[in-house]
Amino acid sequence: MNAPVKPVDAESLRHVRQALPHDSAAKHVQGAAQYIDDLREPDGTLHVAIGGSPKARGRLVSLDVSAVRAVPGVIAVLKAADIPGKNDVSPAFGDDPMFVEDAIGFHGQAVFAVVATERDIARRAVKLATMEIAAERPSVTVEDALERDETVLPDYAFGRGDPLTAIAAAPHRLEGHFRIGGQEHFYLEGQIALAIPGEDGDIYVHSSTQHPSEVQHVVARVLGIPDAYVTCEIRRMGGGFGGKESQATQWAAIAALAAKVTGRPCKLRLDRDDDFILTGKRHDFRCDWQVGFDADGRILGYAVEHLARCGYSADLSSGVVDRTMFHSDNAYWMPEVRVGSRRLKTNTVSNTAFRGFGGPQGMLAIEHVMDRIAWATGRDPLDVRYANLYRPGENLTPFGMEVEETDTLHALIRALEESSDYRKRRGEIAAFNAASPIMKRGLALTPVKFGISFTLTHLNQAGALVHVYQDGSVHLNHGGTEMGQGLYIKVAQVVAEEFGIAMERVRITATTTAKVPNTAPTAASSGTDLNGMAARIAAGAIRRRMAALAAELYGVAADEVVFRDDRVFAGNESLSFTELAKKCVLARVQLSEAGFYRTPKITWDRAKATGRPFLYFAYGAACSEVIVDTLTGEYRVTRVDILHDVGKSLNPAIDIGQIEGGFVQGMGWLTTEELVFDAEGRLRTHAPSTYKIPVASDVPADFRVALFPNTNREETIYRSKAVGEPPIMLANSVFCALADAVHALDPSQPVPLDAPATPEAVLRACEALRGRPLPA
Amino acid sequence: MRETIRLWRRGERVEIGGFHPRTTLLDHLRLQERATGTKEGCAEGDCGACTVALGRVKDGRLAYEPVNACILLLGQADGAEIVTVEDLAQGGALHPVQAAMVAHHGSQCGFCTPGIVMSLFTLYQEGARPVSRAAVNDALAGNLCRCTGYRPIVDAALEACAEAPADRFQGERAATAERLLTASDDADVLVGDASRFFAAPASEDSLARLYGEHPDATLVAGATDVGLWVTKGMAALDKVIWLGRVAGLDRIDDGAEALSLGATATHAAAHRSLAGIDPDLGELMRRFGSAQVRASGTVGGNIANGSPIGDLAPALIALGAELELRGPDGLRTIPLESFFIAYRRQDRREGEFVRRLIVPKLRAGEAFRCAKVSKRFDEDISSAMGAFKVTLDGRRIAAVRIAYGGMAGIPKRAPETEAALAGASLDEPASWDAALSAMTRDYQPLSDHRSSAAYRMTVARNILLKALMELASGDTAATRIVGHRSTLQAAE
Repeated sequence: MNAPVKPVDAESLRHVRQALPHDSAAKHVQGAAQYIDDLREPDGTLHVAIGGSPKARGRLVSLDVSAVRAVPGVIAVLKAADIPGKNDVSPAFGDDPMFVEDAIGFHGQAVFAVVATERDIARRAVKLATMEIAAERPSVTVEDALERDETVLPDYAFGRGDPLTAIAAAPHRLEGHFRIGGQEHFYLEGQIALAIPGEDGDIYVHSSTQHPSEVQHVVARVLGIPDAYVTCEIRRMGGGFGGKESQATQWAAIAALAAKVTGRPCKLRLDRDDDFILTGKRHDFRCDWQVGFDADGRILGYAVEHLARCGYSADLSSGVVDRTMFHSDNAYWMPEVRVGSRRLKTNTVSNTAFRGFGGPQGMLAIEHVMDRIAWATGRDPLDVRYANLYRPGENLTPFGMEVEETDTLHALIRALEESSDYRKRRGEIAAFNAASPIMKRGLALTPVKFGISFTLTHLNQAGALVHVYQDGSVHLNHGGTEMGQGLYIKVAQVVAEEFGIAMERVRITATTTAKVPNTAPTAASSGTDLNGMAARIAAGAIRRRMAALAAELYGVAADEVVFRDDRVFAGNESLSFTELAKKCVLARVQLSEAGFYRTPKITWDRAKATGRPFLYFAYGAACSEVIVDTLTGEYRVTRVDILHDVGKSLNPAIDIGQIEGGFVQGMGWLTTEELVFDAEGRLRTHAPSTYKIPVASDVPADFRVALFPNTNREETIYRSKAVGEPPIMLANSVFCALADAVHALDPSQPVPLDAPATPEAVLRACEALRGRPLPA
Repeated sequence: MRETIRLWRRGERVEIGGFHPRTTLLDHLRLQERATGTKEGCAEGDCGACTVALGRVKDGRLAYEPVNACILLLGQADGAEIVTVEDLAQGGALHPVQAAMVAHHGSQCGFCTPGIVMSLFTLYQEGARPVSRAAVNDALAGNLCRCTGYRPIVDAALEACAEAPADRFQGERAATAERLLTASDDADVLVGDASRFFAAPASEDSLARLYGEHPDATLVAGATDVGLWVTKGMAALDKVIWLGRVAGLDRIDDGAEALSLGATATHAAAHRSLAGIDPDLGELMRRFGSAQVRASGTVGGNIANGSPIGDLAPALIALGAELELRGPDGLRTIPLESFFIAYRRQDRREGEFVRRLIVPKLRAGEAFRCAKVSKRFDEDISSAMGAFKVTLDGRRIAAVRIAYGGMAGIPKRAPETEAALAGASLDEPASWDAALSAMTRDYQPLSDHRSSAAYRMTVARNILLKALMELASGDTAATRIVGHRSTLQAAE
């Protein structure tokens, strides 16, 4: 099934490994790249707005929309009763109603939708509805959910040995509760869908989604029609980050229902505040941990219980919290270990995929534990990390998968320790802090090991569709979606390389369920690994057929035919790629191919907690330095050094962009981005005025990012490694550096700092170390 | 009386009438013009995806300023040249800012990119050379990018703005200025009728008359807050009186004794004069909103709006500023602090509008400090903001004026703290303690989504403590993360 991947001589590559710009870069900067809201609307397009529940928990007793209907310009009001199919937009578990019928799960949850001639009319009309609700006290926090003992999915645990006994017998023991906040995706383009009705009940949906196949499937389910009647297309998203993996579906389905009911094209674009309130976020956690260790800080036993706040429904929480568990070790050997989890149900929006998919939380927790061990032993936190790194013979994860590249892990961290001048700066910072009572500097170097593959094994498949036309131009399509990460250009590089043609010949086309069916979401960092391989397989098949014809025409063996520089060489003869394409058409050679790829080697038996859920791991490390004002809690990140492993890069410019962008996004998660829900379950930080993602000045001027020279030992596309998610966790170094700075106030005490480390959280930690903790 | 607004677009004069007063410039561009390059990211002026440049002749010179089209009312564009992201490239050749963005891989998803290009376009046109990283960061503070981590964007800006500007817009500068001036008039503008209008009176007398006839109208200066009433609050906003055309209302008189700031002077325009009073005030203005907000938002709007978290009021109250209002009964001048009566309630009578602020300059023996604490340094709303004017008698504090934002329902002075600090010595930190503990009698702050009451009270005390330490030592290196006064003074 997999294409033979020959070792490749880098010098012979024309496109692969080149730092080509994003395929749409020139359009981006001219405002010429079209997003769904920019498409010229078909005549008579209507606009949809959502009416949400004013309460977070309870039952909907009545809904009166008569005043809404009376507004001039309002064409229809849609409610649960208007759904011809199933009132379910969930990705798997059947617990996400498109419209509330009875039980209310969270504040703002969609109860109805207004369809009007203008978006402004629809948004204003929504406010005229009246709802009667039998409200109940909502569960908002982890503690609320624990008290009610409500979960969205069963508890799950795995591990090895008897960690509690090992911890009890260890020379040193620590335990704690560590809280980790959630994160709003804040894709710049909010959720949007445009549904256009066709004949026989067909629906064509433009959806800003990372998962067109799921949009197709759910639209069909809601409308009660076969999947084949629904086509979903997406050329590009204005950012996704996981927030459009499952969360784009509902808006597409509502737009589709509106189109079906009115017979007219219908567009639904969420206002930014509604987007915040109505769509899921990164899971927040309370991690209850215990660790036993020796005098060097080596872990003898680790037990952690991940209490994940999943929101009102399961959504993708099964996979997300599993991935938290899979990354609870980060890069560290734990001889005896238990990783437990509870998937708690709260009356808040259902938390969902977000770049890293649970992994960052598991890793941050163990990095916090590393710091706690360092503070307890008095050793440098980096030395404690070294003492615990996976090494040959001590390289089994808590789920039994072998870490094969321990050499990469060690070499990468050592190299960063050197290049960042860690030891020297450690000394300088200590000297600075000794002389500076208010301003304190902090430093931390933390590693990243991130498993690549969907842990839901069947998702590790991809399709591509490649056509060569008789003029030698190439139509490229695959199941992966473009959200800015550069997937389209990387796959185009692979295809151009395969045919030996210029990039300009490869026409990148919008992802659509009509060309490649049954796709996985573009998620889990897998986009290039999967779709690049599928496209290469498709292009390779066409190339082999073209080569066979050339071989026949010129009397050489097919494997002696070479595609290079837009020409095809066969023995002493050559012809242009275009000429050969034309000859193929005349000779009735098929110039179209559907490529298909599935990831080899991976297995995962969740019930038995055994197998190899990941094809490989991606590695990285970051060293961050900060300065903290211990009288206000304000801080600046002053220098960041990153070394990251992308195997052999397909496109270093794109990869560096992913690393830098991922790091800064992770830094936002751990610093200024704070989701505040009030006791009524209402999100209070629901717009950029109150929810603060990093701006340009938050990024240090001294920001040194390099690719670690490496190859992928697995047979991935051109031996590259996935890069989408792992860089998020490089930002753990910022969090640890902030704690390190606060620690300088009183090295005899641990720093009680949870994430996010907002200025208030940092000041609270400072005041705690000063023995005058602030009241809540 | 003119019944249309008049603006310049792609070299053409455009007259627009018959629009709803609450129509935003962004909706006009995207829905009417179908110029969809400009994006809506947040519809509240925070993300900058909708940034466009407005060209106006100011003090005889054409200047391009960035604005958030999402919260700018269409009528506010009267008299301006509107430049959008589609207008930069010519004949297939990218503008230097665009070319640098491509060369440095400055776009990923591309959705914020048009706004970033336009912010950098205004920096390209107006920014000092050589451009500094700090200036680039300031130009970009109002543009959120979620993909790149900004590094390549900043690099692109540093490259594109390394040399003096030399693009088509520079070449046409004189002609554009000439066009704008030729088309300008002194007419009052009213689009609509008595029940629903966008009005832009051209003189104070016209304004007074119109507001007298329509006291229910909404006075709009920069619309950096009113815009959100429309996009988020779904306010009807049927009657709008825009102050931006009122001749002389934006006047700034930078006198020896006092600074007079006309109500419609933008934050951008007032920045330099305020920085001249004290570098801390300059730093406060640098961090005020974003370049887009400072270009639209006005000094008078920030005051008249009455927000408890506006940054200008505490600073100006501490300085002893006065507020001049004009109403049906003529002019009236009051101490600024007395304008703020209670949460969202001000001493503004029917038909009355803010005319100007009079800010006394620091005299010999007076020192000023102010500090803003927010979750994020740039483009954020204060958790607490404190301003202090200290009158020194040698090393003793003879008198002090203290005001805070974010600590009460209004920007508010701290009489108990002020009294306790009078007579304290800069050389005896123990003599400050009474003042620091008095602060709980002046303020009972709230807990909200920005910060807890305990945090607000603690940092409020600590920024006063740091101000005193700075006055005592004459240095800010040990007390500040950003805004060291040596750097600020060097930048003036």
